[in-house]
Amino acid sequence: MKRRWPLQRLKRLLIGLVVLGALGFLAVLGYAFWPTHTRAIAAPASAADAALIERGRYLALAGDCTACHTAPGGKPFAGGLALASPIGAIYSTNITPDRRTGIGGYSLDQFDRALRHGIRADGASLYPAMPFPSYARLTDEDVRALYAYFLHGVVPVAQADRSPDIPWPLSMRWPLALWRKTFAPSPDAVAFDPKRYPDERVARGAYLVQGAGHCGSCHTPRALTLQERALDESGAQYLAGNQIIDGWNAINLRGNPADGLGRWSEQDIVETLRTGRNPHAAVVGSPMADVTVHSMQHLADADLHAIAAYLKTLPPVPGAGPGFAANDATAKALQAGINDSRGAELYVDNCAGCHRTDAKGYSRVFPAIAGNPTVLAREPDSLVRLILGGSSMPATVAAPSALGMPGFGWRLGDAEVAALASYLRSQWGNQAPPVASGLVARIRAEMPGENHASEEAAHAR
Amino acid sequence: MATRMNKTDVVIVGFGWAGAIMAKELTEAGLRVVALERGPARDTQPDGAYPKVLDELTYNIRKKLFQDLSRETVTIRHGLDDTALPYRQLGAFLPGDGVGGAGLHWSGVHFRVDPVELRLRSHYEERYGKGFLPDGMTIQDFGVSYEELEPHFDFAEKVFGTSGTAWSVKGQVVGADKGGNPFAPDRSNDFPLPAQMRPISAQRFGKAAAELGYHPYDLPSANASGPYSNPYGCQMGPCNFCGYCSGYVCYNYSKASPNVNILPALRQSPLFALRTQAHVLQVDLSADRRTATGVTYVDAQGREVAQPADIVILSAFQFHNVRLMLLSGIGEPYDPASGQGTVGRNFAYQNMATIKAFFSGEVHANPFIGAGGNGIAIDDFNADNFDHGPAGFVGGSPMWVNQAGVKPISGIALPEGVPGWGSAWKQAVAEYYTHTVSMDAHGAHMSYRDNYLSLDPTYRDAYGRPLLRMTLDWKDNDIRMTRFMAEKMRAVAQAMGPKALRVYVKNFGDHFDTTSYQTTHLNGGAIMGADRRTSAINRYLQSWDVHNVFVPGASAFPQGLGYNPTGLVAALTYWSAKAIRERYLAKPGPLA
Repeated sequence: MKRRWPLQRLKRLLIGLVVLGALGFLAVLGYAFWPTHTRAIAAPASAADAALIERGRYLALAGDCTACHTAPGGKPFAGGLALASPIGAIYSTNITPDRRTGIGGYSLDQFDRALRHGIRADGASLYPAMPFPSYARLTDEDVRALYAYFLHGVVPVAQADRSPDIPWPLSMRWPLALWRKTFAPSPDAVAFDPKRYPDERVARGAYLVQGAGHCGSCHTPRALTLQERALDESGAQYLAGNQIIDGWNAINLRGNPADGLGRWSEQDIVETLRTGRNPHAAVVGSPMADVTVHSMQHLADADLHAIAAYLKTLPPVPGAGPGFAANDATAKALQAGINDSRGAELYVDNCAGCHRTDAKGYSRVFPAIAGNPTVLAREPDSLVRLILGGSSMPATVAAPSALGMPGFGWRLGDAEVAALASYLRSQWGNQAPPVASGLVARIRAEMPGENHASEEAAHAR
Repeated sequence: MATRMNKTDVVIVGFGWAGAIMAKELTEAGLRVVALERGPARDTQPDGAYPKVLDELTYNIRKKLFQDLSRETVTIRHGLDDTALPYRQLGAFLPGDGVGGAGLHWSGVHFRVDPVELRLRSHYEERYGKGFLPDGMTIQDFGVSYEELEPHFDFAEKVFGTSGTAWSVKGQVVGADKGGNPFAPDRSNDFPLPAQMRPISAQRFGKAAAELGYHPYDLPSANASGPYSNPYGCQMGPCNFCGYCSGYVCYNYSKASPNVNILPALRQSPLFALRTQAHVLQVDLSADRRTATGVTYVDAQGREVAQPADIVILSAFQFHNVRLMLLSGIGEPYDPASGQGTVGRNFAYQNMATIKAFFSGEVHANPFIGAGGNGIAIDDFNADNFDHGPAGFVGGSPMWVNQAGVKPISGIALPEGVPGWGSAWKQAVAEYYTHTVSMDAHGAHMSYRDNYLSLDPTYRDAYGRPLLRMTLDWKDNDIRMTRFMAEKMRAVAQAMGPKALRVYVKNFGDHFDTTSYQTTHLNGGAIMGADRRTSAINRYLQSWDVHNVFVPGASAFPQGLGYNPTGLVAALTYWSAKAIRERYLAKPGPLA
């Protein structure tokens, strides 16, 4: 008898839970499917206005729309570029004004909902590969300009969008609405307010960095739920870097003196954005090289200075991190012929010919290793990938030489690369934790075969 | 039936220095340019990737960057009565192949020209009388002056990032006792980079030469002495004296090349297209043969392709330019019997002598370092800087220690009498390797009535077209000159206090030896000049016969210079490009 009570209670409890669960699910579904109301913005006097189109073209460059919306060898803005996600590739869409396959039929309002709100014309949510949380900060005027450009300044291309390779049920789009409604800011809530910044120039920089430039998409750490930890300087993790993009580390852009931009001048930042190089460092890896070539080099000088000025206002990430205190002991030892570690031997054999024993390299040609943020980054992926496979500087109009470093993966084993990387991170005043050979092995495994150690190198190990 | 490409404004045949300069100049003028290069694409990455490129076996012994003679070669004979045979193994000279051409594998000695050598015949006749030139010597004037070329030498040096020490700038002496060359002509600007550091062997040569009253100077080198960005924005890294220049792709962006110094800027131009593995068979001419309509080439898949163009630039290697003119019927082929005709005329080379000085153990030469364009030279016997009257020959020679890095396979020089193998050889290598200084007299080579280029009557290339035939041999004048230079250089070498000397110099009766490398400085065959009866192209490098064909390169030199030719090739190409831009485009037709 006594045993029935718990059973009945359990049954009731279960029913209650199921009902609650169902209600909860319905509530979630309701939340997901409840339409998002957006403020319609006023149309311009003429969407075909040449000045407005030109302004939109410039903003599209600043936003590097082509990076995702043009496939290699494809027509401009016709989409089709595969973007890897953990659950399968998604493909960028055709944003040319073709009426059938592109956005030629979009109204200004539909365009705005996609751009700043992440909502497709049919009401479904966009994958947040589209950086609408950043574009939310664009002004109405700039949305109108971009609309004018994409409708009247881009050649229409008939090319149907490709469906994502994501299998059902993961391919259902309604959960994206939950993400969007939870994490993406409302444009009106984050409307850009230049008065928050000390002067107009910094404000312009902030607008470009946070908005069209969407620098945080790569350079701001993300939470487990994949939203950026901050969308502006109000968060201490904003642009704090150490995100691995296509295998390369997006570096810390804050004021940290070792692994950030703390020791870079405003001019250093401007030169890096325009030419991919400055007197002591260079862009490493394909993602930022592409941004330099397709986007940043085309910006007006004043805008590059504004971006640099804004970045220079970001204080260091708090807490202990990599350090740098210039020290010539390593250079003196190497110059005296003292190679007293495997790392030192490897450095002299492989690196010193260009980067020199003092690790200062040569201005704009061979980057310094001493004090270089890529070398000192908390996550050493770029350094390891660079040693294994090499990299070339982006060729820009102002600096057309794609100066390159060859890869050494074919001749150095994992332990050697780890020893060398650890040496680079601990000499000439560099202070960053050592690199484990396991990390080298993992990165090498992701790379094409020619970067794999040859049999001789493996044997030498 | 050939595939027919869309017409372009300019087609360029061969993408070495001359082709790259023309491409840059003409795209700047707003013209669409298609450059055709018969070899593969090449660039610092991956072809010069460190440390793989430091490989003597692959590059200089197996000749990675040079022409593949199995597809096409030249035939060579010494005299009109000989039968020419194909050059089946690269030896005496090394034509480049692939993007950059010989400009990718050169060493980087970057001279201007001695003004006298631009008007060599006039100068000798004025100073020594008409009877001074031996019978059969056909040297002549270029038809262009140093003053006309000076701005182009100046700009080319800025493009190449040339390191050197000026003697005088705008008439002001700036380089006395600093390494300037008192025999050098005046300059409008200093070198873009200071001279490279002086290796110890070159310093010894300079000291000995100065003791003898000569005037040592820093060789002008297109090996960068510091980080550099040229007027096109292309960048160079400083040379670190690795010693892998001639025959190699520089891994360090230090040696000027079309690939490093021009191509990156061209790649930014939407007007420029470069097609590799595009082997040009001929220039296509209009029915009246007065204009070219384009070129026909074979592409990488073996298909014949017609590329129509308004202007054709022949900027292939020296003898390929001549062969293409002969195969296409541009101009009249030269006939040595009658002296008539112009295409093939005045083929000339370089006239080298070398001395190796062997020192005792306390004198170090550090032969393992080097830079291809670096060194110390004297011009006291170059051009007409001394009285040729008593010497009794025509031509001059700079002398230098130009230490480019001694490598193991191509051989380590040893004193005469040492066996070429075994323990005695090993002992001598150990004794002398780091104590040997090598020096050269890099003599000019005159042109003669019966040194010429023509199509071979027997041998054909992989496409069934006649090979080019070289008829070349040394004349008494050449031997007299090189022996004179060797003796002058021997005195300098003796003043350095060596244990032993080994002199490599030609003797009377010696013939042109195709098996041993001398230089790749081949000249002439499509020479420039003021008279269409004795030159194939006018002073603007424009064909006298087909006005929309321009032929830049050392093929335009009426005779060989004392200096290395690349600097003059570059300046002449800029000079020609200026004439095209400023005059020809406005009014296509003969410029002279």
